[in-house]
Amino acid sequence: MFSITMRAMSDRDEQKPRGGFFKRLRERMNRGRGLGLTLGFAGRKLDDELAEELETQLLMADVGLDAADRILAAMRKKLGKAAIDSDDQVRALLRDVLADMLRDHAQPLTVDTSARPYVILVVGVNGSGKTTTIGKLARRLKDQGYSVMLAAGDTYRAAAIEQLQAWGERNDVPVVAQQPGADPAAVIYDACEAARARGADVLLADTAGRLQNKAGLMAELEKVVRIAGKLDPAAPHEKMLVLDSSLGQNAISQAVEFHNAVGLTGITMTKLDGGAKGGVLVALAAQLDVPFRFIGVGEQAEDMDVFDADAFAAALAGIESA
Amino acid sequence: MFDNLSDRLKTVTERMRGRGRLTEDNITDAVRDVRRALLEADVALPVVRGFVDRVRERAVGAEVTRSLSPGQAFIKVIHDELAGVLGAGATGFELRHQPPVVILLAGLQGAGKTTTAGKLALYLKERAGRSVMLASLDTRRPAAILQLQQLAERVGAVWHPSTADDAPLDIARAAVDAARRSQAGVLVLDTAGRTRLDEELLAELKVLHTEIQPQETLFVVDSMAGQDAVNVAAAFGETLPLTGVILTKADGDARGGAALSVKTVTGQPILFLGTGEELSGLEVFHPERMASRILGMGDVLSLVEEVEQKVDRKQAEKLARKVQKGKGFDLEDLRDQLEQMMNLGGLESLLDKLPLPGGVNSNQLAGQVDDKSLRRQVALINSMTPRERRFPKIINGSRKRRIAAGAGVAVPEVNRLLKQHTQMQKMMKRMSKGGMKRALRGLPGLPGR
Repeated sequence: MFSITMRAMSDRDEQKPRGGFFKRLRERMNRGRGLGLTLGFAGRKLDDELAEELETQLLMADVGLDAADRILAAMRKKLGKAAIDSDDQVRALLRDVLADMLRDHAQPLTVDTSARPYVILVVGVNGSGKTTTIGKLARRLKDQGYSVMLAAGDTYRAAAIEQLQAWGERNDVPVVAQQPGADPAAVIYDACEAARARGADVLLADTAGRLQNKAGLMAELEKVVRIAGKLDPAAPHEKMLVLDSSLGQNAISQAVEFHNAVGLTGITMTKLDGGAKGGVLVALAAQLDVPFRFIGVGEQAEDMDVFDADAFAAALAGIESA
Repeated sequence: MFDNLSDRLKTVTERMRGRGRLTEDNITDAVRDVRRALLEADVALPVVRGFVDRVRERAVGAEVTRSLSPGQAFIKVIHDELAGVLGAGATGFELRHQPPVVILLAGLQGAGKTTTAGKLALYLKERAGRSVMLASLDTRRPAAILQLQQLAERVGAVWHPSTADDAPLDIARAAVDAARRSQAGVLVLDTAGRTRLDEELLAELKVLHTEIQPQETLFVVDSMAGQDAVNVAAAFGETLPLTGVILTKADGDARGGAALSVKTVTGQPILFLGTGEELSGLEVFHPERMASRILGMGDVLSLVEEVEQKVDRKQAEKLARKVQKGKGFDLEDLRDQLEQMMNLGGLESLLDKLPLPGGVNSNQLAGQVDDKSLRRQVALINSMTPRERRFPKIINGSRKRRIAAGAGVAVPEVNRLLKQHTQMQKMMKRMSKGGMKRALRGLPGLPGR
């Protein structure tokens, strides 16, 4: 067993200045302002008025009503009736509360190289960034020394196969594909066989985007999972949901429904560079026992890194140094 | 879409419905619930504030308090405000320009611009009878150009080729020239997705707009969009003089907050809803009807239109005559009905437009009677002899086994179908006597009110 994180961290330490990624994360999550707390809290108590201001800002970050209530309750408990010293105190408190809620979910993906291939099935709604995530993951895993193959399991959308093939070329990894309209389960089965024959460490399998309320498409996904397990009962080893941070509370319904259908083992959140703050992860943390794997903050392959609860909480709370 | 918001608002309105007198307390409660419902539906906070303030103001005003049934008046206020936020009256396109009419699509990555470009082309071709040219300025996403090319072929639009090495502005200019030369009626330009914070790409879009001067500049937005949707819409609106909005993925279970937010922020009407994976999945957006749909009053108008478009009129008339004469509603008729239902986009899309009581949402119902079971029932009927279809009474145990085997299902499914048919027969009888309302009361599965 190798841990991607451990390697990734050490890689980065050697190559780039420390904290490069999280600096970018903070910068990009609304230019370092995080929730953009309009402060002026010093000297006040956490009374109803202040709580409402905080709630408002949490809601604006897509945290959702329930999670916002829980965050405020936790902050009240920690702060008691004491007056607030400074705005930074509120931010730090918020960061601590958020990090506590997220910490259990910060479990990095670990590739078991004995599986050969270790199959990662990437699922999600249309336009969430599945194919791009696969492209970035392929690059990342390859840089870490794994041999990687891709499976073009989106046989429905026009040119989805070519889009994945472009990522394959860019990263110089082989892509197993069939013609448009082919049975996705068959494509992924073939890819598993091919990856096994070539002794590839990791197989990244793309799937067509599907809205979680389409029973037929969700059943198709169940079939893909079933068939992927024919050669190796443990496959797909990772069933990763890709969530678009610019979507709101619907992300919860997505996670719940995909989890019900295939039993997710990981969640990756994309597009955090767009201005959306991804607060829905806080709501998700309370509802689902699924690890958060990666977050994406840009179009480049290196704009994706392992989910870190403290760094994410700090960025959400708008704290400069994690 | 909107199911959840709809559920929440229905709970509020049903509580208010019977009220003869509105007090400050019950108005405050109701308004608070409305606020919560809107926020949970991802309606942007600034929009929620305005909405709630206006509802509160009108609720204590003379229009409601002096009304004979204040509860009803309160519901009307919410309905009006919803319709107001969604935009007044369906607008659609102005296509009476010197051709080619240029339509520019813009939006975030993954909003569904390319698919929408394909759907729009088909819509303009089939419904407006225009010749359409498609061109892609998305030189960033791998295979985006190829994707639109394939869609162009599928919908029969003229394709203006481009490559990832071209500059978007050059492609656009060449496409306008080509459209003019080939006398295309409409040119739809797809662009690369970009975030609201990407100043460079927004600037590129602005230059593009200034140079090309499209007649329509449409903002494509995901109906599942969250709180940041207002900022995104504002950023695009500041960059480009938007003329309309297309809301995509509206067949999902999104709570539809984006719809309520973007109209307010951009000041531009929502023109279309993108629904479903098929390229024909583009509906004209009707704000008033949508408001009714959200409040559970159903969108019978859209349903009627859809039925008119897709249902075989002759068949329907044949059935109507049959029912009126009190003649039997046999299994052949049931099969026709089931097939027509599938033509209408399945039960889900039908239920979505019917008025349902609070607490029942179309997703739950659709879960009970999914489209698969429709197909299974058709298969069962196909597996019967003509005589069995006409006289279901003769279906005995051995016939049931044969029918089940023929359709590839178990015998209880045959029983279920026959039972359902008997119920429908009864309903038809009642309908010929007492009209639709009485008939629906007897429909199993729908909780009575």
